[in-house]
Amino acid sequence: MRQRTFWLVAAIAAIVVFASFRLLLVPYWFQPGYKVLQFIVLATAWNILGGYTGYVNFGTAAFFALGAYTTIALNKIVPLPLPILMLLGGAVSGIVGFGTGYLTLRLRGAFFSIATLALAVVAQTLITNWEFVGGSRGAYAIRPAHYPIFDVYLHALFLDYVQYLFFIMLVLAVIAIGVARSVERSRLGYGFAAIRDDEQAAEAAGVPTLRLKLLATTVSGALMGMAGAPLPYYLTYLEPASGFDLAYAVNSIAAPLIGGLTTWSGPFIGAILLTFLQEAATVSFSSAYGVLIVGLLLMAFVVIAPNGLIGLAKRLGLDEALAAIQWPPQVFRSRR
Amino acid sequence: MDFSTFLQLLIGATADGILLGGFYAAVSVGVAISFGMLDIVNIAHPAFIILGAYAAFLANRQLGLDPIAAAFVMLPVFFALGAAVYQTYYLVFERRGDEALRGLAFFFGLLFVIEVSLILMFGVDYRFVNADYVNIVRDYGPIHLPLRTVVPFGVSVALVTALQLFLSRTFTGRAIMAVSQDRLALQLMSVDPRRIKRIAFGISIATAAFAGAFLIIIQPVQPSMGRDYIGRIFAICVLGGLGSFPGMVAAAILLGVVESITSTFAGPSWSPAVSFGVLLLTLALRPSGIMGR
Repeated sequence: MRQRTFWLVAAIAAIVVFASFRLLLVPYWFQPGYKVLQFIVLATAWNILGGYTGYVNFGTAAFFALGAYTTIALNKIVPLPLPILMLLGGAVSGIVGFGTGYLTLRLRGAFFSIATLALAVVAQTLITNWEFVGGSRGAYAIRPAHYPIFDVYLHALFLDYVQYLFFIMLVLAVIAIGVARSVERSRLGYGFAAIRDDEQAAEAAGVPTLRLKLLATTVSGALMGMAGAPLPYYLTYLEPASGFDLAYAVNSIAAPLIGGLTTWSGPFIGAILLTFLQEAATVSFSSAYGVLIVGLLLMAFVVIAPNGLIGLAKRLGLDEALAAIQWPPQVFRSRR
Repeated sequence: MDFSTFLQLLIGATADGILLGGFYAAVSVGVAISFGMLDIVNIAHPAFIILGAYAAFLANRQLGLDPIAAAFVMLPVFFALGAAVYQTYYLVFERRGDEALRGLAFFFGLLFVIEVSLILMFGVDYRFVNADYVNIVRDYGPIHLPLRTVVPFGVSVALVTALQLFLSRTFTGRAIMAVSQDRLALQLMSVDPRRIKRIAFGISIATAAFAGAFLIIIQPVQPSMGRDYIGRIFAICVLGGLGSFPGMVAAAILLGVVESITSTFAGPSWSPAVSFGVLLLTLALRPSGIMGR
């Protein structure tokens, strides 16, 4: 499918999703819906580095929370509209990603992973000690009463601020998936795949490995920061422990591994499935069971189905069966 | 703050830091084996340490056993656990050459499963142990020596020394040192590298039983505490130089002293940031560590 067709289909899908939430469901569903979209963005962002180049980032929570705290910090100085806050949050996380990558990506892969894990702890320490953004007590984020532009129309379109946040996250999810998909099919994507399969051979063949890895880290970190920027408005009250929750890291790693690593559809499918399961477990038992289920699924999938659900479908020949009956339509299937 | 108060605080903090460093050595020795010698990035090691702490807690609460004695009792259990984990790791990842991405994800999942299981079993309350020496403090001028850090320090030094002797003097120990350097040469000596790695990983997890017992003697323990140690452990192993025990001990004491001085002069909430700073600086300036090969 051509690039332009993809964007068109994605935009229509997004409009259909929003319209059906707005018209068919009670307003409550925007809350879990927002969470699902947030994890789609995080999982897709993680997969750009983790799935395409094979470098494991354990610091999703750090990049995500840095985006959220950029919003808190900037709100104290000047009130800015949310889309701009998201761009700035993305810039902060992207720069942090670049810095971490620059220091560690020239070494063995494991060092990068360990550094990101430690980054989560340290970023949390810094924020906890930074009184300006509330320190360990946390900070309130007041949802703006007015939208920056088209205030009257947007008030008619969105019944409350959560619906606006849902819409913004929906747009970000479409952008993230679009970015992932175009990376996958470009020269860049083949460079990433070469790094994943054999980095030394890629280097020898002239692939600028360090530059590509840094690019992947920066883009991935920036998308995570953008996903984090609306968080203070969603929660209305943000404290370090909830922003830096390591559950974000587990989820964003588990979703691509459960869905499938090498295509954009893997993290998409994985994130929807996982958030659904986790919410169900949290509602019916407790949030601890939610994390337990994700951890167990993650372990089960890397052991039993290393290529995720997509790999599983291929192995069972489901791919051909689906192709034969032309369902789901071409749009929803992975390329290979 | 006048100079003599500063000096007293500095001496006190350094003494505390050295004791803390001894404990850090016991915490890191397992990873020094698994990551430094076997090339297995076991990021779930802190979770095993917390598991060891809860084992010591149960033995202490139910049987009135001393936590360190409990660690000795738990040693074979943890060894077997480690051997089983390695066997799984080998069959699923190492044999396929898939350890980089999925192996890491596996250990990350394991970290969470252990942590959440402990939360479901024991709740998120802080647990502590009772022993005769826990509440005694000896004072020597500016230096306060609480026995609850002195005892773990002593046992920890003994543990690391014993492991160093085992690795350098016995056949199995030397085979462990050799396995990451040259597998083929080891096979030519008619040693099964997989068996050696299984033993070594078993030992690595067995040390977590001790580290856990030390941890719960030093401070009350809660299931998700292990995360704070991940950065520390790997900072120590990398700073010390992978595969070098003396380097690891020196790095542990250095980190302990720096952390202790930081928390005395800048406040305890800053100390977690120290390890990351050390880790990043090491990776940027001297990735082979202070005593690396």
